[in-house]
Amino acid sequence: MNSTAFDASISSGSNSRHVELYKIMRRIRTFEERVGELFARAQSAGSMLHLSIGEESAAAGFCAAMEPMDKFTTHHRGHGIFLARGADPKKMMAEIGGKEAGYCRGKGGSMHIADMGLGHLGANAIVGGGIPAIVGAGLAARHKQDGSIAVAFFGDGATGQGVLYEAMNMAALWKLPVVFCCINNQYGMGTRIDQATANPALHERAAAFGLKAETVDGLDVEVVAQAAQEFCDAARAGNPGFLAIDCYRFYGHARKDKSPYRDPVEEAEGRKKDPVLFSRNQIIKLGLFDETELDALDDEIAEEMDATIDFTIAQAEPPLMSLFRDVYAPSEPEPEAVRTRINRILAND
Amino acid sequence: MIEENIMIEMTYRDALRQALVDQMSQDSNVIILGEEVGRYGGAYGVTKNLIKEFGEERVIDTPISEAGIVGAAVGAAMSGLRPVVELMYVDFIGMTMDQLANQAAKIRYMFGGQIGVPMVVRTQGGTGRSAGAQHSQSLEAFIMHTPGLRLAMPATVNDAYHLLRQAMAQPDPVIFIEHKGLYTLKGEVDLNATPLPWGKAAVLRQGDDLVIVTYSRQVHYALEAAKKLAENGIEATIIDLRTLNPIDFETIRPHVERSGRAMVVTESVLTCGVAAELAARISEECFDFLHEPIVRVAGEDIPISVSPILEKGSVPNPQMIEETALKMFS
Ligand SMILES: Cc1ncc(C[n+]2csc(CCOP(=O)(O)OP(=O)(O)O)c2C)c(N)n1
Ligand SMILES: [Mg+2]
Repeated sequence: MNSTAFDASISSGSNSRHVELYKIMRRIRTFEERVGELFARAQSAGSMLHLSIGEESAAAGFCAAMEPMDKFTTHHRGHGIFLARGADPKKMMAEIGGKEAGYCRGKGGSMHIADMGLGHLGANAIVGGGIPAIVGAGLAARHKQDGSIAVAFFGDGATGQGVLYEAMNMAALWKLPVVFCCINNQYGMGTRIDQATANPALHERAAAFGLKAETVDGLDVEVVAQAAQEFCDAARAGNPGFLAIDCYRFYGHARKDKSPYRDPVEEAEGRKKDPVLFSRNQIIKLGLFDETELDALDDEIAEEMDATIDFTIAQAEPPLMSLFRDVYAPSEPEPEAVRTRINRILAND
Repeated sequence: MIEENIMIEMTYRDALRQALVDQMSQDSNVIILGEEVGRYGGAYGVTKNLIKEFGEERVIDTPISEAGIVGAAVGAAMSGLRPVVELMYVDFIGMTMDQLANQAAKIRYMFGGQIGVPMVVRTQGGTGRSAGAQHSQSLEAFIMHTPGLRLAMPATVNDAYHLLRQAMAQPDPVIFIEHKGLYTLKGEVDLNATPLPWGKAAVLRQGDDLVIVTYSRQVHYALEAAKKLAENGIEATIIDLRTLNPIDFETIRPHVERSGRAMVVTESVLTCGVAAELAARISEECFDFLHEPIVRVAGEDIPISVSPILEKGSVPNPQMIEETALKMFS
């Protein structure tokens, strides 16, 4: 199964591109469903797992416009984005299970997954926490003249954080090769966007800083991909931007939340905005694949993702001695364990 | 009129909620501000249904804007209200630190005593949920290092109720740190009893051989360890500090003087932590009475991992307290 990043050389609107984007979205959805299963089977490290179901087009569409050397940060709901950038689902699932084989050796977990090799400067459990780093990544890109851009992915909730505005101002002021990508799933935990701001047209704030700014609907991944291409091209040319992608958070905030604060009618309506289903129907309409062929594709993905759970369960816990590793650089001494210290102090009498 | 004692069994979470309800009913100037405190009922359920009882004017859902929320509370407190902020995780205190350390903590002093900032920031910390490095910390030392901020950390259900009510009546800003591992703890609250005064430590167990000073969840671990130690003939005094600013040293002193052995236990990291301050005070004030070095049993000087096994290995547990105590006698 292809687990590499989207092949950006496939031209926009082409038949193979439709299928490619569908595949990425289906892989994200199936992966997220398996994360839910991992939790239900009590094999995840904790319950703070934020599924990106309903937001697959933002991840697949935006990442289709990124180049391999580009850098990015994500929020806590970042599994889909990382998969779309080419993450190995096994190493991701193992991390979510807190296992040694995970991307961060079981130390980070779902909310702190990262892979420098794929330009992932880190997921974040602090709302807005990862945003300003792309200003720095943008400065580095310009300094090194390497042609890369940096993208901050974050939720609508992060627009409440002052650091976003500081970062947007610097990016615009210094004309950095960066894009702020706001995945607006309409909710920050139980708070709907219109309960958190008097002006939900989020891109207007970015425009006020002098950033290229737009909101697109996330139903059609092709629309997202096209907008993302424009924003990434502009950023690469020194015109930073802010792209908001409208979608709907299908399920609860984290695994234990059943969204009792949401109106069931609204929820049913929201789930109709299903980018995976929409893309599937497009593919059938265009005659690229029929139902049976798509089912076969889905089954193949399901098998791949089933294997991530088996893989995770079979993996070892991190060794206890790894506790003190990586607090500082490997060349530096590790912090002394409290127990060792106590033994030392109480030994000589 | 003699007031009857009303002993009610409830959870730590419910005791906190009851304190908010009772204090809000008594003082119409109390408002609650925070993320998800209203419709959602609080990330850990402490403010559940308060919005129904007190309305949106007094239980205010905010955007995810910690610095702004705490800053707004400072201004509200200076304008006659009694704001209670809920900061979802103590880990987010960094985002509010200017408002807390440079504004709230200094206003009374900088402005020559003209006005105080009577506000409470309720938050929760600690390990136990595989919540990872940014949602599991114990950051009380940040607060203790800032003169002007009061700090309370309840360990028991009774204190969850009484300490919170007392915090809400303080003339100065109080940071009130709950433990995420204690919300479902059950215990009795005496709603009518005169509580231990604000700033007074509680002696939860008396023993002549050793004194263990601690607070928050580690109180329960220390009590567990003390039982095991008693089986080995070692009787420990357990002191629950309850408030870390002020620190009630006078309650600690006679126990150290009597036993000559002191241990300080914290979940927060060792270096420059609460235990360091306590150990320094004990050594300065009780030096002549000590038979052994004062031992600090504390969180490791490392971030908290999401892996359950590493998470557990990062903080003290009852066995570690027991083993350390035994070593103090070997
Ligand atoms: C600084 C900070 N404040 C609060 C939280 C608690 N919290 C975690 S996710 C979240 C909602 C975030 O909403 P949004 O940014 O829209 O992302 P979504 O969950 O919808 O993907 C909140 C309030 C946090 N993690 N960090
Ligand atoms: Mg959101």
